Amino acid sequence: MSSESLIAVILLAPLAAVLLCLLVQHPRPAEFFNLAAAVVVFLAVLALLPHSLSGPQRLADDYLIVDALSTWGLLCVASVYLLSSIYAIGYMRRLSEDARLHRFYALFAGFALTTLSGPLMNNVGVYWIAIELTTLVSTFLVCFELGAESIEAAWKYLVIVSAGISLALLGTVLYYWAGSFALGPSYSLTWAALREVAPRLDPAIATTAFLLVTIGFGTKVGLAPMHTWLPDAHSEGPAPVSAMLSGALLNTAMIGIARFLQVSDAAGSGALPRAAVVALGAFSLFVAALFIVRQTGIKRLMAYSSVEHMGVLALGFGFGGPLGIAGALYHMLNHSLNKSLMFFGAGNAMRAYGSKRIGAIRGLPTRMPVSGWLWLAGAVAITGAPPFGLFRSELTVLRAGLRSDHAWAVYLMLVLLIVIFVGFLAHFRAMYFERAPAAAEELQSEEDIERAQPLRDFPDAWCVVPMALALIPLLALGLWWPDFFARCFAAVAANLSVGGRS
Amino acid sequence: MIATQFPPLAASLFSLMAIGSLLLAFVMLGSRWLKDYLLAFAAQSWLIALLSAAVGYYGNFPELYFIAALTALFRGVVLPWLILRIIARLKVDRELHERLSPSSSLVIGAALVLFAFVVSSHLGRTLHLEGSVAVLALTVMLSMKLIGFLMLAVRGEALSQILGILVLENGIFLGSQILVPGMPLLLELVILFDLLVIVACFGVLVRYLVTHAGVTHARALRRLVG
Repeated sequence: MSSESLIAVILLAPLAAVLLCLLVQHPRPAEFFNLAAAVVVFLAVLALLPHSLSGPQRLADDYLIVDALSTWGLLCVASVYLLSSIYAIGYMRRLSEDARLHRFYALFAGFALTTLSGPLMNNVGVYWIAIELTTLVSTFLVCFELGAESIEAAWKYLVIVSAGISLALLGTVLYYWAGSFALGPSYSLTWAALREVAPRLDPAIATTAFLLVTIGFGTKVGLAPMHTWLPDAHSEGPAPVSAMLSGALLNTAMIGIARFLQVSDAAGSGALPRAAVVALGAFSLFVAALFIVRQTGIKRLMAYSSVEHMGVLALGFGFGGPLGIAGALYHMLNHSLNKSLMFFGAGNAMRAYGSKRIGAIRGLPTRMPVSGWLWLAGAVAITGAPPFGLFRSELTVLRAGLRSDHAWAVYLMLVLLIVIFVGFLAHFRAMYFERAPAAAEELQSEEDIERAQPLRDFPDAWCVVPMALALIPLLALGLWWPDFFARCFAAVAANLSVGGRS
Repeated sequence: MIATQFPPLAASLFSLMAIGSLLLAFVMLGSRWLKDYLLAFAAQSWLIALLSAAVGYYGNFPELYFIAALTALFRGVVLPWLILRIIARLKVDRELHERLSPSSSLVIGAALVLFAFVVSSHLGRTLHLEGSVAVLALTVMLSMKLIGFLMLAVRGEALSQILGILVLENGIFLGSQILVPGMPLLLELVILFDLLVIVACFGVLVRYLVTHAGVTHARALRRLVG
């Protein structure tokens, strides 16, 4: 199939799922529609990957761009969407919300639709709108359970992210203004147009605009210190939503930052833009390390781990060069798979023990044998231990950093990764090998706000299979860097270099 | 046509409207009553709509008339009406949870305007635009942005936070009419529409807040920390 029809399939399948879910209004068919859309999207993205290597293609009157970077973003989103759609079937049935379940799936497919359309947008302004729409749809997924905490999380998410992202709009307007001195008052602000006009932009405005855009989209990515919404939203949504937020959504905003970095390189803005991105990345790692070590909530632990990994991505793109970009992209896919696995495991443990507190989860190997061990393997993987994919991608980012001007960040990253490794796995050691504390009931009444009762026959196959499906490629990617990926990364690096082919 | 090429009469008209919007932002910052707040917001939106029409007339951008009509309709009528309905339903008519008294926030707001002026006159100098309406537009845009953030920071009532975000967006709207009047029509339309969706979302969320969390001020939302 041509890339036009593949893109049409990728965008229309979730849309059809949204409409069908709203039309049929019954939970079981809604599950099926959503899963079918996820499978179709995943297959279409796989088919699109080879097309993207031949260079950027512009579709739909220059509004959509299909290049190696956007297709790579789609691959991450589609993998997470597929995994979490499978997981959602098992997980959401246990919430006893069957009457509203069709609305959940309609929102879920709509969320996937907006997240998939983000990386494809060729117009900078429309890209901003796509990112804003993801927030609006996912807010209602975060507060789907309607508890006081989840509404608090949704409120903070909407306020902080809309306020932050309005800075990105300001930056976009400034870019347009700066460009209008060279191109006249009315032109179409595509990524390519911005890159071509970049050398003629006024450096002061270009730098200001870049910083505004980075802070704006950085809020959405969850870079510290703009990350404050992230742990709340990720920990209060249902587990499949957390996986989508963390594995799929954050990446789409990061792709924008990567493209703007290229613009500021082309504008000759000096070292400041890259230094800013590297500093944000390093600070994210630092904040994540602090909160991971002393964390008490299981899903908040995973959320801070997302802050950490977004920091690694920012470092990779900030270091730049073919190696940095390759490392960041590889890390993006690995993190998407791994974080889905971690949130699935956290959701299983939360339901099985009826608590969100790490302290209440003890003796996992006996309570959840299969998914427990899969989860432990995922925990080892996400802290960057070999032989999993994240080890290789983090190593690549470190190597790229040593070649760049920001070697200090490499040493800092190394120390912080070790701290996170120890802190993260210490929680898992306690959950797996420590006995349940005698005073468990007392703690329960004191601070446990979870109203759900522990579920006996949980997790079932729907909730375990996607964990295995995430772990297998993660292991494979750690042992073997496919040649196809290398070509993909080379294509992205060529596109993102100064004066990249267009 | 770029901002520097407007005739002097037009430039001074734009300046007047931009400064009027900035003053209205200060009215919002200084008021305790949510209704005053809302009225100031509606007036500001009407001023921005007038500004769009004026830029369209003097700069010869006919599509800006359309934008002006939509701005007046959405931001000047529909949004205030939606928020008024929420106010009526919530039975909160004044801001009770401010962290900073209105008079102190006025002083801080003035300092923020000074900061915005320094930044934009620096940018204006590098572009050789000193004293033009573009620098003023940039100043007002940045000031309204900063004032919006100040409102978000010091006000606790959920409705004040919605209005704070709308002021942020109003600032960008105002600046972009003068700085980049030729920005593609589609983009501005979608952004307008997007705002409507935001407010709808906020409305639903506020209702949830009341029915499930039992509060309307965001300061009470402090269960999730660490």
